[in-house]
Amino acid sequence: MPLDSDTLEQLVDTVGRFVRERCIPLEEQVAEQDKVPDDLIEEMKGLGLFGLTVPEEYGGLGLNTEEESRVVIELGHAAPAFRSVCGTNIGIGSQGLINAGTEEQKRKYLPGVASGEIITSFGLTEPEAGSDAAGLKTQARRDGNHWILNGTKRYITNANVAHLLTVMARTNPAKGGSGISAFLIERGTPGLRFGKPEKKMGQQGAHICDVIFEDCKVPAVQMLGGEAGEGQGFRSAMKTLDRGRIHVAALCVGMAERIVEESLKYAAERKQFGQPIANFQLIQAMLADSQTEAYAMKTMVMDAARRRDAGEDTAMLASCAKLFCSEALGRIADRGVQIHGGAGYIRSYAVERFYRDVRIVRLYEGTSQIQQIIIAREMMRGQKA
Amino acid sequence: MKVLVAVKRVIDYNVKIRVKADKTGVETANVKMSMNPFDEIAVEEAIRMKEAGKATEVIAFSAGPTQCQETIRTALAMGADRGVHVVTDGELQPLAVAKLLKAVADKEQPGLIIVGKQAIDDDSNQTGQMVAALLGWSQGTFANKIDVADGSVTVKREVDGGLENVKLKLPAVITTDLRLNEPRYASLPNIMKAKKKPIDQHKPEDLGVDVAPRLKTLKVEEPAGRKAGIKVKTVAELVEKLRNEAGVI
Repeated sequence: MPLDSDTLEQLVDTVGRFVRERCIPLEEQVAEQDKVPDDLIEEMKGLGLFGLTVPEEYGGLGLNTEEESRVVIELGHAAPAFRSVCGTNIGIGSQGLINAGTEEQKRKYLPGVASGEIITSFGLTEPEAGSDAAGLKTQARRDGNHWILNGTKRYITNANVAHLLTVMARTNPAKGGSGISAFLIERGTPGLRFGKPEKKMGQQGAHICDVIFEDCKVPAVQMLGGEAGEGQGFRSAMKTLDRGRIHVAALCVGMAERIVEESLKYAAERKQFGQPIANFQLIQAMLADSQTEAYAMKTMVMDAARRRDAGEDTAMLASCAKLFCSEALGRIADRGVQIHGGAGYIRSYAVERFYRDVRIVRLYEGTSQIQQIIIAREMMRGQKA
Repeated sequence: MKVLVAVKRVIDYNVKIRVKADKTGVETANVKMSMNPFDEIAVEEAIRMKEAGKATEVIAFSAGPTQCQETIRTALAMGADRGVHVVTDGELQPLAVAKLLKAVADKEQPGLIIVGKQAIDDDSNQTGQMVAALLGWSQGTFANKIDVADGSVTVKREVDGGLENVKLKLPAVITTDLRLNEPRYASLPNIMKAKKKPIDQHKPEDLGVDVAPRLKTLKVEEPAGRKAGIKVKTVAELVEKLRNEAGVI
């Protein structure tokens, strides 16, 4: 049930204040030490951020897509490493379980996911299967009451700290997408190993690494959706990505607003030719373009989110929002650096960090090119009907 | 023991205050409002007393227009048990609020009233002292630390030049200073649950209080802008100006 507007505003306001007062002052430290401090993570748990999308009956807030987007926009005002701490629990790490888990699986894990005690991770991408997700190679072979997994997952967010991974593996080599099943794999399962966190271009403090399965013995009851979940993995994964794309687009809105704010602040303070550079029309043009795009982004996210909540099929709209928002964010970050001039190339300015941080958004959860393909496919489907 | 805390809805501390064009007050239309930060400290302290088993119930009080309910809700989301809202649209001055608080205290019989030492809008620093006087209760103002024992409360006060300890007999009124505690963020689940906590509404007339302002605001003006300084060429010139123009040496 949607929240009444007072409660939602208070919720959004509280998260906004937490971001402003607690996260933003720590940004430089997090970037330098490549770590979000443990006590801040505890505060995020206390605040309830890990359970935004977990249904209330399992201890979460059960926010709908629009409400989630509002909160994520606030989180996006800080460096994205902070959102990443709880991002997998809000999005791809929990949605499979919520959508396709058995009642027993939900009871077992969701309360911990909501409180943040259980950190989740989502393993789809592989060294040779990124955009071609249906071509994944990780094998699961049935052995009595177990499945034996072999293969490697790549660039898996939060895997190094995850307690529970939703992993896609091929249970039927003869079939394509419908030969893929999803497994709920607990940390400590024999044969499960993690690679070293990768050194990334940006988003220091958020981690990705390889997940390696070597005769990893997973109890059959850990298949997502139980025995009936066999061959459903790819479908659940794709369903998860739909809401996830709106989430990412909302994150883009938050970052865009922050970059615009930083750019405006700098332009008002920085003086050249005896006056603030914000007085110059060529700077104003950049500011206005960024503001306009940030507004368009927000409008798009809110529309897609509301329609999804109203029960519309939003596969195309979610891709449109993700494509536009991530690409526009790239332009806004670039203008942000341009407005800052030389200072925009210096580490101590937030805009330099955001410039690197935002580059990934055009790549993960489906590259811009994959979004274009999805959008065109959905358009053409309408044409045939 | 019941604890009554008063929470005032003020312009958010992040907002740049602007004076209205007609100079009758400050601009409040479309301005973000939140709970007075000193009152947040008061709510936090009351909740900590309840968590420590020293208070049984925390009641959040606010007086003002309908929107004050949001401020009470914030207190409820932080952990207060119920709210009391005196609904009135006109200007409220400290004496009127103190009288309303007294009326509510007469009904509720709290062991402690905790209020912020002042509100960040008018900076009056009067309500706590006035309500203590009206009730005839002891007062511990500018609290830096509070210890409740049986029948009494010890308050460490921030005073000019240091800290002062006072022991008060309960019931008492305490006003909070900045360093008393660091208020918590209301957790998101608690914000959702706060909607279900009750808020009693009263009108000033129901409580037999006349809230008509006793003071009249003549004019509100922006503080004068800072004037540019001057550069002096020598130390001698500086000393000369300090002595003869500024008159400080």
